[in-house]
Amino acid sequence: MMAKVNFRRLCVALIIGMSMMFLFPGLSPAADTIKLGVAGPHSGDLASYGIPTVKAAELVVKDVNAKGGILGKKVELLVEDDVCKPEVATNTATKLLSEKVDVVLGHICSGATKAALGIYKDSKIIVMSPSATNPALTQSGDYPNFFRTIASDDAQAKLEVNFALNKLKVKKVAVLHDKGDYGKGLAEYAKKFLENDKRAKVVLFEGITPGAVDYSAIVQKIKRSGAQAVIFGGYHPEASKIVTQMRKKKMKTIFISDDGVKDDTFIKVAKQYAEGVYATGPMDTSNNPMAIAAIEAHKKAYGTDPGAFFLNAYAATQALLNAIQKAGSTDYDAVEKALRTDYVETPLGKIRFDKRGDAEGVGFSIYQVQKGKYVELK
Amino acid sequence: MEYFLELFLGGLTRGSIYALIALGYTMVYGIIELINFAHGEIYMIGAFTALIVASVLTLQGWNHLAILVIASIAAVIYSSAYGYTAEKLAYKPLRRAPRLSALISAIGVSLFLQNYVLLAQTSDFLPFPSLIPEFKFNAPYEHIISSPEIVILTTTAVVMILLTFLIKFTKLGKAMRATAQDREMAMLVGVDVDKVISFTFIVGSATAALGGVLIASHVGQINFYIGFIAGIKAFVAAVLGGIGSIPGAVLGSLVLGWTESFFTGYISSDYEDVFAFLFLVFILIFRPAGILGRSETDKV
Repeated sequence: MMAKVNFRRLCVALIIGMSMMFLFPGLSPAADTIKLGVAGPHSGDLASYGIPTVKAAELVVKDVNAKGGILGKKVELLVEDDVCKPEVATNTATKLLSEKVDVVLGHICSGATKAALGIYKDSKIIVMSPSATNPALTQSGDYPNFFRTIASDDAQAKLEVNFALNKLKVKKVAVLHDKGDYGKGLAEYAKKFLENDKRAKVVLFEGITPGAVDYSAIVQKIKRSGAQAVIFGGYHPEASKIVTQMRKKKMKTIFISDDGVKDDTFIKVAKQYAEGVYATGPMDTSNNPMAIAAIEAHKKAYGTDPGAFFLNAYAATQALLNAIQKAGSTDYDAVEKALRTDYVETPLGKIRFDKRGDAEGVGFSIYQVQKGKYVELK
Repeated sequence: MEYFLELFLGGLTRGSIYALIALGYTMVYGIIELINFAHGEIYMIGAFTALIVASVLTLQGWNHLAILVIASIAAVIYSSAYGYTAEKLAYKPLRRAPRLSALISAIGVSLFLQNYVLLAQTSDFLPFPSLIPEFKFNAPYEHIISSPEIVILTTTAVVMILLTFLIKFTKLGKAMRATAQDREMAMLVGVDVDKVISFTFIVGSATAALGGVLIASHVGQINFYIGFIAGIKAFVAAVLGGIGSIPGAVLGSLVLGWTESFFTGYISSDYEDVFAFLFLVFILIFRPAGILGRSETDKV
């Protein structure tokens, strides 16, 4: 009996002692490390979304530390699990703060990110997510401490509108959609951006019936509206019918659409009429030497291909560390300024962040059908 | 005014497209009172046959008009064979069963044919060549009308006139009308009812196949599912015009085409279908048998 109790006490003492060892050795050299928090789901059913980010951070940090660290300090990772749940994410954030984290890479899910952001904001900690795509996170303006290296859900609409206004310089735009969640969502964003910009007028905003035998009436309506360009949210079967019918009626109206149309079937079906059509699609990073190197490093270190958001997380880690380096300290204002002004080379290309916190130059590109192929426009 | 004219012609073309399919619906219904739900699939098979034949002939370097004619003939023959077989296998054994059984059987044939083409061909959209040559029109007209539209309009008119002639003035037409009025009495006076019904299916399938070729060539793309939506719309048009009546099917189709076109043009395309079906309900409240349908008393 006695022996048992003693054994248990010994265990407890040992555990406490060991945790002390974990906690306290950090204390004395604490001033000499930069603490990078990594938060996301690392267990549970969504772990596959979070773990690649941890691996990306480990790879980048290993690289950086091998080269002597940043500002003469080593980078230390503080990895915390939020299982993708908003209620857990707040605890995760509090825990990271109590450990005196400098910057945070994460969170992964939009809901969890939103829940944790307020806590980080109050403590002036910069947070960068490789994966949270909810538009409001950056657009609401509520979280000046938030950045991300993935395009938000409305990025395609934004890109289409900017392209139409800046490059094509159109004054009248017709916005159409197929009434589906994806197409209608995009079209509504496009309409909002156009109306906010005021350089062009939305002369027509309508939903078409998917699968109809022909679209002559809506094509005539586009013509009568005097639109110079059509922005269409939807998929290729309807897009090819509308484009074909417009071209057959000798209308030269510019047609801009989304990655539901950036599909080779569209060109195959619309044939010569597809020529000149613009569509947004995910940016091609397969030729980026840094992306190839990062994937190779992952294969070497872990023996497998990287998982979801790996390159986005890789780029985010690089961007954060680079900003600290440029800022000369982990001071909130200095790092924030560096993130917004200095470009950094990443596997996603050369990026910096706009005033809302979205990465410029990440996500989607404009493609145009040229000689029967989608060509990325630079 | 120009806008009105454009919408009018757009609606006319769309209506003619519906009409080419609706004619088959209404003929079959007129003779054996069966709503042949597989009709849209016959139309789809016609389009696929034409695509296959046209692709082969294009590779051989035939000229466009010859391809159009041969592809149409092939589509008509192949689709008619399907219509004939479907009738013999799925409807004839049920001729004495309640009408609902034959209707369910028709839905079964429709699903079977859709999935058969899906498996045998592909689920992707396929490009369909423009078989109808495009003529150049001068400035004010080029925005309004194109040669494929004229061909569709003319074909619909010709098919409608031929069918009316066939039913009103030929011996076979007389047999068809007799079968429609009273099948057993027709048998007693020596009409080969089985042959008449088979013939009706063949003619109905042939018009659907012709529609398939022309419409696919106009729209430029096909997949296994096109028959379903076109079939539903054509069915609505046939009911609107008065199912069983040949001119009624054409009139109903045109009215439906115009309704959709003008509603989209002047109000909004968001509720195009809603409005089209509201209009159908409205017509049926005042004329339960459709625009040209004769209200018949139940057979005792």
